[in-house]
Amino acid sequence: MTTLSERILGAPAGEYVDRPVDRAYVHDGTGVLTLEAWLALESGEIACPDRTYVLFDHIIPANTSTTADLQHELRKFACGAGLHFSDIGDGICHQLMGEGTALPGDIIVGADSHTCTLGAFGAFATGVGATDMAVIWASGSTWFRVPETIGVFLSGRLSGHSEAKDLALTYVSRLGMDGATYRALEFIGDGTTHLSMDSRMTLCNLAVETGAKTGLCYADAVTLEYLRSFGEIVSTQAPPSCTYEQELDFELEDIIPVIAVPPRVDTILPASELCGLSLDQVFVGTCTNGRYEDLSRFASIVRGKKVRVRTIVAPASRTVLEDAAGTGILSDILAAGCTVIPPGCGPCLGAHMGVVGEGEVCLSTANRNFRNRMGVGGEIYLSSVSTAAASALAGEIALPGGDE
Amino acid sequence: MRIEGHAVCLPPDIDTDLVIAGRYLRTKDQSIWATRVFEDLDPTLAGRLRGSVIIAGKNFGCGSSREQAAVALKEAGVVCIIAPSFARIFFRNAINRGLPLAQADLSCRDGEKVVVDFSAGTVTAGDISREIPPLSPRMLEILAAGGLVEHWRKRG
Repeated sequence: MTTLSERILGAPAGEYVDRPVDRAYVHDGTGVLTLEAWLALESGEIACPDRTYVLFDHIIPANTSTTADLQHELRKFACGAGLHFSDIGDGICHQLMGEGTALPGDIIVGADSHTCTLGAFGAFATGVGATDMAVIWASGSTWFRVPETIGVFLSGRLSGHSEAKDLALTYVSRLGMDGATYRALEFIGDGTTHLSMDSRMTLCNLAVETGAKTGLCYADAVTLEYLRSFGEIVSTQAPPSCTYEQELDFELEDIIPVIAVPPRVDTILPASELCGLSLDQVFVGTCTNGRYEDLSRFASIVRGKKVRVRTIVAPASRTVLEDAAGTGILSDILAAGCTVIPPGCGPCLGAHMGVVGEGEVCLSTANRNFRNRMGVGGEIYLSSVSTAAASALAGEIALPGGDE
Repeated sequence: MRIEGHAVCLPPDIDTDLVIAGRYLRTKDQSIWATRVFEDLDPTLAGRLRGSVIIAGKNFGCGSSREQAAVALKEAGVVCIIAPSFARIFFRNAINRGLPLAQADLSCRDGEKVVVDFSAGTVTAGDISREIPPLSPRMLEILAAGGLVEHWRKRG
């Protein structure tokens, strides 16, 4: 009668435990402070270099000399210490870890809040800060408070143009920005088993926007098949047999396209109520919605048409980009007039590659619409990929399938 | 551990982008974070934080894992933050950087004297007192050492 988090961490909710971690990763943003803290520890060598990853994704390629210097230092260190290193253009850290590295039952820590994305694989995956990560580099382990769990029951199938992103924004809205603070979310029910791994990663990605420590899906046949494509043979996880602290239910047939309006992720409106809102930029990508399934969905809507507003597309990884090139959907996206930028975080955090200006409105498939996040004075609306595609074509917020 | 300071009141759901904006992250110069802290919320706030106890609404520190948020607050002179709840990564980051946090729902008047007494388990603002849940022994050890790096080095 244990939750998946209790099973993986091996203790009941509420207990504090010290656990070795299976994977630990930083990116070029948090890696700088991690390295600084680690050097201050003066602890000798990295405890588990084979489990430690440095993955450049936040400001790639470097935008200023300062960024370049910081990246140079971190790159040199990572390679010298024998850590797993991926350089600019390989992709977003969470996506790379989700391409055959994160496995069911793993304990994974990342120095980024959206590490919860990897809960999609039935792993306990959570974000930590730089100093915590430095001690993990030094010791190979860290402490956790085993979280209480909220069960999110999904039944049926998504219909029409509704996507996992619409479902994710809907559950964030239901729970609120702190509705799951210190807790874990478990996504269960037949509705979960119908979702692809790309969709599950989207679903788990938003967990932290409710304050949750992580979001988890039980590894099933879909997980196995996905991981087999990366050469990983794993077992399914026994389905849940626990009682939850709190339960939420969603009929997936009832999920409609929604948009989170600035400046809160938990404030949503049906996309239909915002139709006609003029846009200055559309951004498709990020650890939320930059996977192959997303790009494929986007391409299927813009194919043979032209976007009417500047549209930036950032594949989540080199593999996604290569797949998109291989199947031709990349050509569709380019022919529609979109600007494709290197695999990485793009303008999501307002550093470069599409920062918005004062008074500009951006429709984004990312996960945060906080004030000024993508640029001072800019407003961010969050939607699914299909809504973003239809809106890019219209130059204003529009419903997917509106012209069918 | 007993901490005193003047109250600075903040609303709920202060995210770490608001504490320190993404455009200021690419540096190791902590003084930049101290002067830019809360810039997008209120540019005058950074100058009023020295010796302050922030009394905020729920869910302080939500969003990004950027530890620069905790560093910025500490460097700007914040001595403690009181809120009904904190986002968990920020919570760990603050303790790891030697910045104490107290969980309490407290009404706030700017400038009022605030006393946080972790030994007694109380916070007092003006003439109102609230109990606070104890920090774990490990967190108290980390705070006493001045942060996780110092704690680790001491332990050897």
